[in-house]
Amino acid sequence: MEKQSTQQALLQIEDLRVDFTTYAGKVKVLNGVDLTLHEGEIFGLVGESGCGKSVTALTIAGLLPENSEIISGKVLFEGDDLLKKSSNQMRETRAMKVAMIFQDPMTFLNPVLTVGTQLTESIDVRYGKSIGEGWRPPKSGDPLGSTTPSGRTGRREKKRILYEMAIDALRRVRLPDPERMMKSFPHELSGGMRQRVMIAMALARNPDLLIADEITTALDVTIQAQILELLRTLRGELKSTIVVITHDLGVVAEVCDRIGVMYAGDVVEVATVDDLFAKPMHPYTQGLLHAIPIVTGGNERLESVRGTVPDLIHPPPACRFNPRCPHAWDLCAKEKPKLLAQSPGHFVACHLYTQERKAS
Amino acid sequence: MSEDEYLRVEGLKTWFPVTGGILGRVKSYVKAVDGVSFHIEKGESFGLVGESGSGKTTIARSILRLIEPTAGQVFLDGSDILKIKRRNLKPIRRRLQIIFQDPYASLDPRQTVRSMLVEAMKASGSVPDLAEAYQRALYLIGAVGLNEDHLFRYPHEFSGGQRQRIAVARALATNPEFIVLDEPTSFLDVSVQAQVLNLLKDLQKDFKLTFLFITHNLSVIRYMSDRVGVMYLGKMMEVADAEELYNAPEHPYTHALINSIPIPDPAVAKRRAPLAGEVPSITNVPVGCVFHTRCPYATQKCTDEEPLLRQTGERHWTACHYAKELNLPPPVTARRRQQTS
Repeated sequence: MEKQSTQQALLQIEDLRVDFTTYAGKVKVLNGVDLTLHEGEIFGLVGESGCGKSVTALTIAGLLPENSEIISGKVLFEGDDLLKKSSNQMRETRAMKVAMIFQDPMTFLNPVLTVGTQLTESIDVRYGKSIGEGWRPPKSGDPLGSTTPSGRTGRREKKRILYEMAIDALRRVRLPDPERMMKSFPHELSGGMRQRVMIAMALARNPDLLIADEITTALDVTIQAQILELLRTLRGELKSTIVVITHDLGVVAEVCDRIGVMYAGDVVEVATVDDLFAKPMHPYTQGLLHAIPIVTGGNERLESVRGTVPDLIHPPPACRFNPRCPHAWDLCAKEKPKLLAQSPGHFVACHLYTQERKAS
Repeated sequence: MSEDEYLRVEGLKTWFPVTGGILGRVKSYVKAVDGVSFHIEKGESFGLVGESGSGKTTIARSILRLIEPTAGQVFLDGSDILKIKRRNLKPIRRRLQIIFQDPYASLDPRQTVRSMLVEAMKASGSVPDLAEAYQRALYLIGAVGLNEDHLFRYPHEFSGGQRQRIAVARALATNPEFIVLDEPTSFLDVSVQAQVLNLLKDLQKDFKLTFLFITHNLSVIRYMSDRVGVMYLGKMMEVADAEELYNAPEHPYTHALINSIPIPDPAVAKRRAPLAGEVPSITNVPVGCVFHTRCPYATQKCTDEEPLLRQTGERHWTACHYAKELNLPPPVTARRRQQTS
C-alpha cells in the first residue's frame, strides 16, 4: 500500500474493487486500487480507455451507475469513509466539498436555462444557507466566507450577492464580458467557453476536491492550451486539490505535480511528474512512453506495446499486464504485485523490483 | 511542376449551401474548402493538419469525389478527375482508396472479413476465380499482421486496432496507388496506435503507396509525413517539408499550433503563451486573412487584403503577408532539437 508522505493526505483510497454487471458478464473494472491524494496538489490519473480512471473518479463522487457493485475498499476523505455515506449525505458532500467536471459540457449544462441561472443555483446550493447579514463572500484560503451571519437577509439582497459571486467566478476563469455571459444560453457558447463555465461552476463552490475528467479531450489544441494555462494559473489562486483524468500524457506533463498510471483496473505506478517521465519503472509506463509519437522527436520508429488491452470480464490472473509484459516471469501470473515505494515518493506495483527477482 | 508529382489540386472549392425561409432558398454558403492548391509527390506521405472545421476531411472527400466539389481541378496523370463522368469513375476509384476514422462504423457487421476483402477485389474487377481471391485475401490479412483464422470472423469479434487493420487490408485489396487516411488512429488507444502507425509505414514502403494522411494530432503527423500542409478555416496556410515546418514555421498560425501541443516531457512542457481567442465560425469567416482575428502580428493590411499562398522557400509555401519578415522565435519542437544535439 502507498504510504502517506510528509504532506497531509486529503483523500485515501484503499483496496477499492468495483464490478459492473453487464449482459456479457461481470466486468471487474477496479481490481484493488490504492491511491493517496495530498492536499493542494494537482494529481494526474492517466491510462488508456477502460483502465478504470473514470470509474475511480465516479466512486469518489458517489456517482457510480446502477449496474455497478463495490466489492471492497475504503475511500477516506477528511476522516470519513465516503463509501459508507447514504446517497443524501453524498449529495451534500458533492454540493459542499467535491466537484466534478466532465468531458462534454453540453450534457451537464441545461440547454433551456441561462448560464447565470445555473451558476447562481450552484452557488446557492453551496452558500445559500450561510448568506446573511454581515456575511461576505469567500476568498481563496477562506472557503466558508466570513463568520456566521448575524441576521437574515432579504431575498433581493441574497440574489444580489449570488449574482456578484457568479460574476466573480466567470472572471476567475477569464471569460470575457461576464455580464453578458450570465444571460447567454449554453448553445450560444463555443466548446472552450462552455468548459470554462463548467470550471466556473465548480470553482465558485470552492470545493476541497475538484475532479476534472478528460476536460480538454473534446477541444481543439489551441483551445486546449488555453484551458491548461487556466488550470495552471488557477492553482496559485486556489487551495483545492485537483485530480486531472486524461489519456494524454502531454496534458499531465503540462499541469500535474504527481501522476498515477492505471492499467486494466490497477494503479501500477505513482510518482512525481519529473520522476515518472525521467525514470519510469513499471514496464507498462515504459511501453506507453515509447509508444507515443512526440512532436519534439523525429520519425524514428515507435516501439509499440505488444498485444491489446485485456477483456476485463476474463482478466489475466495476478498482474493484469503480465501477458503483454516483455519482462514477465513465473511470479507475475501467480501473485498480484503490491504498490510499493522503490524510492521516496515513487511507487511501483511490479514483481521486477521484488527481492527474489533482484537476487536471481 | 516537379517530375515526381502524383496528384495536383488546384483552386479546389467545396461550398455547402445554407438554405432558409419557407422556399428553402440558398441564403449563403459554408465555404468548407475555399481555393486550396497543393500537390502530392509520388511515394510520399503528405500530411494535412488543422483544427476541427478547417476543411481537411472535406478536401480528402472532394479529391475522391465522395463529395462533389464546387470548383477547382484535381489532376491525376495530367487529366482532371473532377471532369470525369460519375459512371466512368470506377477505374480511378480502384487506384484511390480511403480509410476512415471509425473502424466500428466502416466495416459491415454482417460480412466476414473474407467476404469483405473478396467484395473489394470484385468491385475493382481484378479477380477471376475464387481460389485466387482466397489466396489474395490470405496474403492481405497476413500483410496487416492478422492470420487465416481471422478471415472467417465478423467485425464484432475484433478490437479497435484489429478492425483498423482489416480496414487497411480492404483498402489494399484493390491494389491502390494512393490511400487517403482520415484520422486512422484517433479512435485507438496509444499503445495500439503505435502498432497501427508502424504497420502503415511498413505497408507504404512494401506496396509503394502514396499517402494523404489527415489528422488533428500534430505529433502523429510529424511521425508519419514527409511533407505537411496546415489548414485553417478552409484555407491552406502553409505547406513545407515536415522537418522544416516543425523547426522553422513561417506562418504565425502554424507557429501557435505547434506551440499548443501538450508535450509529454515535463522538462519542455512548462512555458509559453497560448493563442488567444476562438476559431471563428465557418459560416462567418473573417475577411482579409482568415487568421487575422487571432494573429498577434496582424496589421491593417491583414484585414484588408487576403494573403495568397506563395512560395517562400525552395519547398516552402506560406499564405502570410509577412512570411520571412516576422522573426518568429523557434517553436518548442526546434528548441528541443538544439538541446539534445
